[in-house]
Amino acid sequence: MTRRVLVVKFGEIGLKGANRRFFERVFLQRMKDALSDLPGGPPWIEHTRGRFAVGLEGLREEEVVTRLRRVFGVVELAGAFKVEADLDALEQAARLALEEALAAHPPGATVRFRVESRRADKRFPLNSLELDRVLGARLLAAFPRLKVDLGRPEIRVEVEVRDEGGYAYARTYPGPGGLPVGTSGKGLLLLSGGIDSPVAGWMSLKRGLELEAVHFHSFPFTSERAQEKAMDLARTLALWAGGQMVLHLAPFTAMQRAIRDLCPEELGVTVMRRMMLRLSGLLARRIGAQALVTGESLGQVASQTLQSMTVISQATDLLVLRPLVGMDKTEIIELARKIGTFEISSRPYEDCCSLFVPRHPATRPRPEAVTRAEARLPADQLLEQTLADVQTHRLDGRLRHR
Amino acid sequence: MGAQRPEIYLDHAATSPPHPEVVHEVLRAMRETYGNPSSLHRKGLEAERAVGRARETLAAAIGARREEIVFTSGGTESNNLALRGALRALGHRGRHIITTAVEHPSVLEVVRDLEGDGFRVTLLAPDRDGTVRVEDLGRALAPDTVMVSMMAVNNEVGAVQPVAQAAALLGRARPTGGRPLFHVDASQALGRLPLDAAALGADLVTFSAHKLGGPKGAGGLFVRHGTGLRPLLLGGGQEGGLRSGTENVPAIAGMAVAVDLARRELPERTAVMSELRRHLIEAVFGGVPEARLNGPAACADTSDPFAGQGGAAPHIACFSFPGAPGEVVVHCLEEEGIYVSTGAACSSRKRRRSHVLEAMGLPDADVDSAIRVSLGPETSDADIDRLAEVLGRVVRDIRRFARR
Repeated sequence: MTRRVLVVKFGEIGLKGANRRFFERVFLQRMKDALSDLPGGPPWIEHTRGRFAVGLEGLREEEVVTRLRRVFGVVELAGAFKVEADLDALEQAARLALEEALAAHPPGATVRFRVESRRADKRFPLNSLELDRVLGARLLAAFPRLKVDLGRPEIRVEVEVRDEGGYAYARTYPGPGGLPVGTSGKGLLLLSGGIDSPVAGWMSLKRGLELEAVHFHSFPFTSERAQEKAMDLARTLALWAGGQMVLHLAPFTAMQRAIRDLCPEELGVTVMRRMMLRLSGLLARRIGAQALVTGESLGQVASQTLQSMTVISQATDLLVLRPLVGMDKTEIIELARKIGTFEISSRPYEDCCSLFVPRHPATRPRPEAVTRAEARLPADQLLEQTLADVQTHRLDGRLRHR
Repeated sequence: MGAQRPEIYLDHAATSPPHPEVVHEVLRAMRETYGNPSSLHRKGLEAERAVGRARETLAAAIGARREEIVFTSGGTESNNLALRGALRALGHRGRHIITTAVEHPSVLEVVRDLEGDGFRVTLLAPDRDGTVRVEDLGRALAPDTVMVSMMAVNNEVGAVQPVAQAAALLGRARPTGGRPLFHVDASQALGRLPLDAAALGADLVTFSAHKLGGPKGAGGLFVRHGTGLRPLLLGGGQEGGLRSGTENVPAIAGMAVAVDLARRELPERTAVMSELRRHLIEAVFGGVPEARLNGPAACADTSDPFAGQGGAAPHIACFSFPGAPGEVVVHCLEEEGIYVSTGAACSSRKRRRSHVLEAMGLPDADVDSAIRVSLGPETSDADIDRLAEVLGRVVRDIRRFARR
């Protein structure tokens, strides 16, 4: 019997030795999350050593591919035909795969191809090379327009013989790589409305971090639409995290006012960022996150000098991950476009009129000056109040699967 | 956040809350008059009658004949239909259009588009207070001018435009045929100032329902008998073939109720509201002494508002508070339960500045800090006092951020 399946190849998970079972279990769950909005719920997923195969019965391959290409850990997807591990059946599967691939080429034109076999089940009588040769010859006989080219084939028919059966495919899709979300612990992303922080969130998701996000808003000094924007960004990030993401909205207006009224103007930004980190630290403890993630990159703006970042980091004991530190703005923008956050970030509602940015922010704030400035703030009380007023939303991005 | 306080809605020029009788009528029509006016059976007839009654009501309110009213989806569609529809019919007579720099985008964008089709457009610049001058119109007229479009009341600063005077000028311009068509966007005027389309001398007049307590999605275009016009929407031939598409019966019925209420209350309402506007200006200057008023200070003469005497509509006043970005003021007032609009939306990435205030020649600081307050029938003196008090507090607070 021939079945249509999507073979899922994953990379680093396989290397994780004793933890492999845990990783694979999480990976399977993430795939199910990503497929949960398909009509009829997530399809059947077969798990064998080093492989997952998603049954495509009643589904279009494309709708499954779109979703699984957003699951970290996926290295490659292959639209395959699954059969019994039997030479004739394998030939049949290879023919079907080849026919599909040929449809993309102009009719009648000669097409270069090769067969590439892997024999994982050593009980199978032919080894990989023999299988290549036998299947290659049979396909060549069946399709007169083919020409063998081992070096630069236009179609690569891959055949795998495994314990549970055989697969043949000629169409593959690259996955995002990385580690399944939830295999590296939990982090809290400081999500502004800008271009950088969603990309930083995406990169930490890619390394397997489970993520919640916090957005600071200063309504009425910033628009309420800035919050909508943060929610929209979280929905898009959610797509890469299995479909949902928790976003905490932290009202920071009272803090902003206090900083304005009590701290020297040039230290305003430094103190504000420190307070954001402190609040994030409190929130992280509440939700069980072990690290903070920010979109900071070195030297992009005045507050991101080494001196500034040092003083700001000292506001928290938590590890602060800055995944963008090695990236240029153009690279960040390119990635933001790919993730789908760039359009949202480019909406104009952020930091209306830059009310909070002083004309001359300190680029090298001295720690003692910052300590003195903060001593004038009723910081603990303000942070406690902010934490109490945090609103938490669970956002669903799955309507955006395309 | 904070204690429960009554909302004060002062954004009637954007849209006005529907009158309870309007809501009742829309609901009733949705429940009972759900037929398609084109259907042959009784349900269709009932709906057709409802639309007919609404047409009669609107016609009576503006001194028009029933067959001179075309129902549309609102002001934007009416403006599009008036300009594009008339020029499709008469464009061969000339290629020159005159309008003003302070029109609504649904006029300005259409004429900009028509420019691409080969029309020449002259934009009349306003005075410092937002009023255009009929002398400028006279100077701009060319032998091939086919269309003049002028709003009755400017939506941002409330300036009343000399549309009656303009109509008279156009009537004298070329007495022997070929007179340019005259379109008036009266979206902000209906229900606020006495408006008689026939007496006004315009060929096309735009109306909107939701600016005067009616439902959104309904509006009208007065098309003077004999005016050539070609439809933009083709189909079943509704509205005398000028606007195909199944009539929005509930919204049209609701619009008629709103128009009728406004007509009956108009004389009293304009007097009360003119007084309110005086109070508003005084109170705002009391709360924020360094405020500036954009647009005319005094209200227009409500017995004959469009004759070129200038003045403002009684329901709109626009202020600037330099140093306090308009968008921030809007949000701060919102937090106190008071709703107004900006004259300009401002953001760090993109600036959408008010074309009206810029055309009036206001300095940037005034454009960026402009706030429009627009009154409605339910606005009270106490509302205005509260607005002034909160404004004083809020503008001071914002300036402490912006002082830097």
